Amino acid sequence: MPAESLPPESASFAALRELFAKRIVVLDGAMGSMVQTYGLTEDDFRGARFADYPHDLKGNNDLLCLTKPSVIEEIHAAYFAAGADIVETNTFSSTTIGMADYHLESIVTELNHAAVACARRAALAAEASTPGRRCFVAGAIGPLNRTLSMSPDVNRPDYRAVTWSQVVTAYTEQVRALIDAGVDVLLVETIFDTLNAKAALFAIEGVFEEKNIRLPVMISVTITDASGRTLSGQTTEAFYNSIRHAKPFSVGINCALGGRAMRPYIEELARIAECHVTCYPNAGLPNAFGGYDETPADMAEVLSEFARAGLVNLVGGCCGSTPPHIKAIADAVRELPSRPLPKIPPALRLSGLEPLIVA
Amino acid sequence: MSTNPSNAASNFLVVGERTNITGSPKFSKALKAGDWDACLAIAKQQVESGANIIDINVDEALIDGETTMVKFLNLIAAEPDITRVPVMIDSSKWTVLDAGLQCLQGKGIVNSISLKDGEAEFLRRAKLLLRYGAAAVVMAFDEQGQAATRDEKVRICTRAYKLLTGRLGFPPEDIIFDPNILTVATGIEEHNNYAVDFIEATRIIKATLPHAKVSGGLSNISFSFRGNNPVREAMHTVFLYHAIKAGMDMAIVNAGMLGNYDEIEPTLRTLCEDVLLNRSPDATEKLITHADELKGRSLLAGDSGSLTTAAPADEWRNGSVEARLSHALVKGIDTFVDQDTEECRQKYPRPLDIIEGPLMDGMRVVGDLFGAGKMFLPQVVKSARVMKRAVAYLTPFMEAEKARAAAAGEATRAQGKFLIATVKGDVHDIGKNIVGVVLACNNYEVVDLGVMVPCDKILAEARRIGADVIGLSGLITPSLDEMVHVAREMKREGFTVPLLIGGATTSPAHTAVKVAPEYPHGVVHVLDASRVVNVVSSLLSPAQKPAFLAEVASRQEKSREEFNARRNKRPLLSLEQARARKQTHDWAAVDIPKPSFLGTQVFRDASVRELLDREFIDWGPFFSAWELHGRYPDILTDEVVGTEAAKLHRDALAMFERIIAENCFQPRAILTFWPANSIGDSVEIYTDESRTQVLHTFHFLRQQLEKPADQFNHCLADYIAPKSSGRPDYLGSFAVTAGPGVEQFSHEFKAAGDDYNAILVQALGDRIAEAMAEFFHKKERDLSGFGLTENLSPYDIIREKYRGIRPAPGYPACPDHRHKPQIWNLAPVEKEIGITLTESCAMYPASSVSGFYFNHPDSKYFAVGKLGRDQLADYAQRTGVPLAEHERWLGPYLDYDPS
Repeated sequence: MPAESLPPESASFAALRELFAKRIVVLDGAMGSMVQTYGLTEDDFRGARFADYPHDLKGNNDLLCLTKPSVIEEIHAAYFAAGADIVETNTFSSTTIGMADYHLESIVTELNHAAVACARRAALAAEASTPGRRCFVAGAIGPLNRTLSMSPDVNRPDYRAVTWSQVVTAYTEQVRALIDAGVDVLLVETIFDTLNAKAALFAIEGVFEEKNIRLPVMISVTITDASGRTLSGQTTEAFYNSIRHAKPFSVGINCALGGRAMRPYIEELARIAECHVTCYPNAGLPNAFGGYDETPADMAEVLSEFARAGLVNLVGGCCGSTPPHIKAIADAVRELPSRPLPKIPPALRLSGLEPLIVA
Repeated sequence: MSTNPSNAASNFLVVGERTNITGSPKFSKALKAGDWDACLAIAKQQVESGANIIDINVDEALIDGETTMVKFLNLIAAEPDITRVPVMIDSSKWTVLDAGLQCLQGKGIVNSISLKDGEAEFLRRAKLLLRYGAAAVVMAFDEQGQAATRDEKVRICTRAYKLLTGRLGFPPEDIIFDPNILTVATGIEEHNNYAVDFIEATRIIKATLPHAKVSGGLSNISFSFRGNNPVREAMHTVFLYHAIKAGMDMAIVNAGMLGNYDEIEPTLRTLCEDVLLNRSPDATEKLITHADELKGRSLLAGDSGSLTTAAPADEWRNGSVEARLSHALVKGIDTFVDQDTEECRQKYPRPLDIIEGPLMDGMRVVGDLFGAGKMFLPQVVKSARVMKRAVAYLTPFMEAEKARAAAAGEATRAQGKFLIATVKGDVHDIGKNIVGVVLACNNYEVVDLGVMVPCDKILAEARRIGADVIGLSGLITPSLDEMVHVAREMKREGFTVPLLIGGATTSPAHTAVKVAPEYPHGVVHVLDASRVVNVVSSLLSPAQKPAFLAEVASRQEKSREEFNARRNKRPLLSLEQARARKQTHDWAAVDIPKPSFLGTQVFRDASVRELLDREFIDWGPFFSAWELHGRYPDILTDEVVGTEAAKLHRDALAMFERIIAENCFQPRAILTFWPANSIGDSVEIYTDESRTQVLHTFHFLRQQLEKPADQFNHCLADYIAPKSSGRPDYLGSFAVTAGPGVEQFSHEFKAAGDDYNAILVQALGDRIAEAMAEFFHKKERDLSGFGLTENLSPYDIIREKYRGIRPAPGYPACPDHRHKPQIWNLAPVEKEIGITLTESCAMYPASSVSGFYFNHPDSKYFAVGKLGRDQLADYAQRTGVPLAEHERWLGPYLDYDPS
């Protein structure tokens, strides 16, 4: 038993563990494509508070938690109604680095608080309408537009647009705000640069220690193309070895590809991960018009096949997915067994771009 | 691609060492030149040759480790051919490791962390590694130092494992132990078992510490054979073959330089195995011989560059006079020096032209060869003797010239004046003499004030001669304070010349922490004579001096920070806690011998001949004093220094014959035994066996360092039966000397300008004093009875493989020099054998040894180490001497700042 005890687990930890043990869990779908359906204008994004703000704000979806909270809450509610067990807060870019494009670094904490409040209201409403149901809120922690593994300047391969400590500082502020506002779980997602993700996990560990509490951490990587690698070049297993130290509650793949193209990598994660495996793909690849073609039935078929093959513990949707997609998915996996957690023999599991295992 | 070095295990990992600045001169050069493309090419080549992991180490004094590590890792990140494998970030600096971890997207390894800086720091770093997600190489190193034996390795690794897994929940599979691959075949017997120690430790670690891995830096093992790659390669392959069988998981090696066990030439393989597995006492010698043959074969085509290439003995006399002088200097031949110098004088317009021309040219060759490790100190001193002879020959002519110049109103100035002295209270000067000679060789004017020189005299002389640099030397700990005093006085008197600090007791850390802050114009610690020329020439060059001093200052600043950090980090045990952790004995059962006499006996009949014939001379330190390192007698046939060591040894033996024939030394000893019992940390001695009247009380000091649970906090008093036990016990003391003849005889040579023989005599005097100490310790054990049944070879005796110890005041087990005057008061040391004590309690003649005898079966040497304020206060109370006085005498041992 470790003498230097770790921070105690949050109450949500046990509840989530129980839920995952029972069945395949359903995550929500896309936020961005749903917001688009509202046809919001620059004035809607600004609201009264930012009416005179000197910079354009349209497209800053996260800001809507403050300026159009009803829209965000409504979208969350629609996903809960469709059968999602967990919704993600609308905080994909709510870090100081993400908000720098809009010169809104100063309101990051407020944004995260507001986003959690939107999701929590929807969750409480859903729970109230179906007694005994438990609805969870996941604090979404997205990637940054500045990466630690890659140089933006091809002539200076050693240059980096951001430093480790800047990334850690940015994520720390977001994580602190999400936890303070009461999220049930943290979801580090759409990871395309593992080093940024490691900095996020480093920040999370720091906040856990500071607040003396430990929340479940879900991690989701993005495999960019058919090469099966992240944008920063790692294979699935190399990536998993890089983040395993965070003792994630789950690891999985989201975004970029449709479900079909993800299968080999999900299969690999299912083989190597001692934690739960998650998969929430796009509704297919973007078509020529920037839309997504997979129907709810298509997605449900792909993901339920994963479930039948015993590969996943959580499914949901990413870009292009909507409440009808989630409903179809939830219906399709409802009766299917969850992937049992495998016993993985201990080994020194290293990685560069590729894994290296020393048994 | 796979590199399977020893066809013993397929799971074995090669960690490429070529991107390690200490493992690859090529990488080092490229890195220092900022040639990043070359650095990347080396990394790539490692991966292509089969490295499974690449080790990256940029530790170098002149490189900014953090920035360089970050830049190189960022560059590698853009090279998929390199970065496909995991990285092992390797540095002795935590900050470099920390900076590197922030650049790794993969899961890498940190090399290394250890218990060196204590548990708290170890755990702090390990915890951060958990957060970064890195595996850790854990060195078998703890607060006491590096583990060399199997049991130490296993003990430290087990302790680290328990801390990591128990306290932090560190995944055991992420722990990679490095149980220290240490160099074998060094000529030092204790080193012979190093490979076996490693292999056996590996086997135990793998069997008892589940999931932990074992790694090591391979090139160390064969360091004795550097320059001979075929032998090194064979040793590496054979070592891995056995280490992998024992469970070694990975090694840091040159991925391109590994052979196949089965393909090694069988003789070489067997010889390597004999050495590595320590299978026969002459294994090293045989491998060296074989290695020489191999090397000889590979060198047949080219010039060996050896200094010993034979030529007809007198052929050199046919060359030009300049060539002859140069040859005489390099070879240290003084037979023709007057004659050749005179010939030169006829040829050159001014005597100074000869010194600055052919003589200095010759000495430059000597300096270069010495700097390159191709000449050794005894040769340099002989060269200096030739140089001195030549200069002495020219001096009258130069004086005459100077007189003429002065008459003509011209000023003259030597190129640099170096004033050197052994400080007040200290009499040791072999090292100082060597430094003086080496500087004189390099045409500095050296003014040597000798030993026991008070501060005011040093400063007055420095002013009078216009010294450009002042050098202080000392061997005993009180000299450290005296050096601080001199530095303070130099500042007060407005000196601006640099101050050099040297001598056995000095250290870069002490210089940085205590001396340098007292004097603002540069205080430089000089490790040994081989470094002094570079230091002095940097200090005397107006161009180099500022940068040099700035670098020294920054290193000292860092040293001070480290010192303060260390001091604040590792609290000592309270005296009370330390005493509770004393070694306890079942006094009813302990064998306590009674010496055959009580009181004092004087021995004047010891002879140099007997010490020599009975092999009581420990030659190792003799060669060390000449900066020749290796084990006697192997050093005489050493590949590198053997020729010179053998020559020096012949000279020493010849000198001994002369010393014996002319009765130059007068070795004497005085032994005293008292009835004694301990009370706490003090030992009472009694006037007689009735033990009713206390004659004197010796107060000893106790270790206060926090130690592992299975070790004790020692104090010498623990080896004497406590009064409460009712057992009669005894304490012995001794003083031995080689006699006043040493200094006299040495001085005769010095006066004749023969520094080589002057230093030789001093060094032999020291050997005789040490041999006397050993010889009379044997006698003491015989007098106490238990020595009579000892069955030890002379070698074992020199290695102190017997029961009992003879700790000397001023040395680690009893650091207080003031025990000496107490012994002198109780026994007529000065009157009977002529050793006097200086105000710093140094013994004069310097070739003397004194101490206590403890015969307890468990007694062993230890270092008291740092002392807390509480122990000093207690010591003041026990001794009735004011605290401040103790703090002054024990300054270097204090764990606190008394001011």
